[in-house]
Amino acid sequence: MIGIEHYVVVSAILFVLGVLGIFLNRKNVIIILMAIELILLSVNLNLVAFSAALHDLVGQIFAMFVLTVAAGEAAIGLAILVIYFRGRGTIAVDDVNRMKG
Amino acid sequence: MIQAFAFYLFATLMIASGAITILARNPVHSVLWLILAFFNAAGLMVLAGAEFIAMLLVIVYVGAVAVLFLFVVMMLDIDFAELRAGFINNFPLGFVLAVVLLAELVLGVGAYRAGSLPLGVADGAGAATAGLSNTAAIGALLYSRYLFLFEAAGVILLVAMIGAIVLTHRQRSGVRGQNISKQVARRPEDATINVQPEVGKGVQL
Repeated sequence: MIGIEHYVVVSAILFVLGVLGIFLNRKNVIIILMAIELILLSVNLNLVAFSAALHDLVGQIFAMFVLTVAAGEAAIGLAILVIYFRGRGTIAVDDVNRMKG
Repeated sequence: MIQAFAFYLFATLMIASGAITILARNPVHSVLWLILAFFNAAGLMVLAGAEFIAMLLVIVYVGAVAVLFLFVVMMLDIDFAELRAGFINNFPLGFVLAVVLLAELVLGVGAYRAGSLPLGVADGAGAATAGLSNTAAIGALLYSRYLFLFEAAGVILLVAMIGAIVLTHRQRSGVRGQNISKQVARRPEDATINVQPEVGKGVQL
């Protein structure tokens, strides 16, 4: 029988894959953004699974808000990526130090 | 039985496509595998009885975010081989960190299974109303108890939209666009006159 633990383990594996993706593709910001999407997806899966297990819809509502923030984040991130590429001609992010912060 | 089969099918496909997303050489392939991962996650959510979120996931991610990624990947002329240069060097540290993180998370699941800490009880305000479908129940909760959060989510999307437009908009020089106000402000006196002069009279300018 499939229980909450199955869902949590699956989403934990997906979360770890997202973190691993950030580590492996340290230069390619597009893959980093996709890895962040994977992490947010695993969080959503967790919220939905617990919402179903506890018979409480609040988890699904918050999954919707996470979805909203993820969509906004992807749009802004890709916009920054486009202007960065326009100025530099590359998207290697391991030497982003233009602002000398 | 069929539920367990569907769960394992969706879970396996989701994790496999997630792994290929971060390992693929070509970012276009990465985006396509990401779409597959989102489809399978939507399947898992349908299995859990959250149809509305599942359909939202398909519409928002597959319909908008993945296409946005695909658009950007194809628009930019990037040497992806050069970007993969540090892949092997980054692998050991990333792998160790991933194993540690996964062990921690699975430990957390085991601890949860042993009995959760009594941190409080649900007040029942978010409980699904009997007889309503998932979508209707979410709507009833979202437009009453979480109305202001819902509005805030709309504001977040508006800010993201304006921010993306402001960031990427640019005034291009050297293009010959139509200048309507200049056309409207044009007077007959300033224009070139078309006359038919007699022979030898010349043209009065």
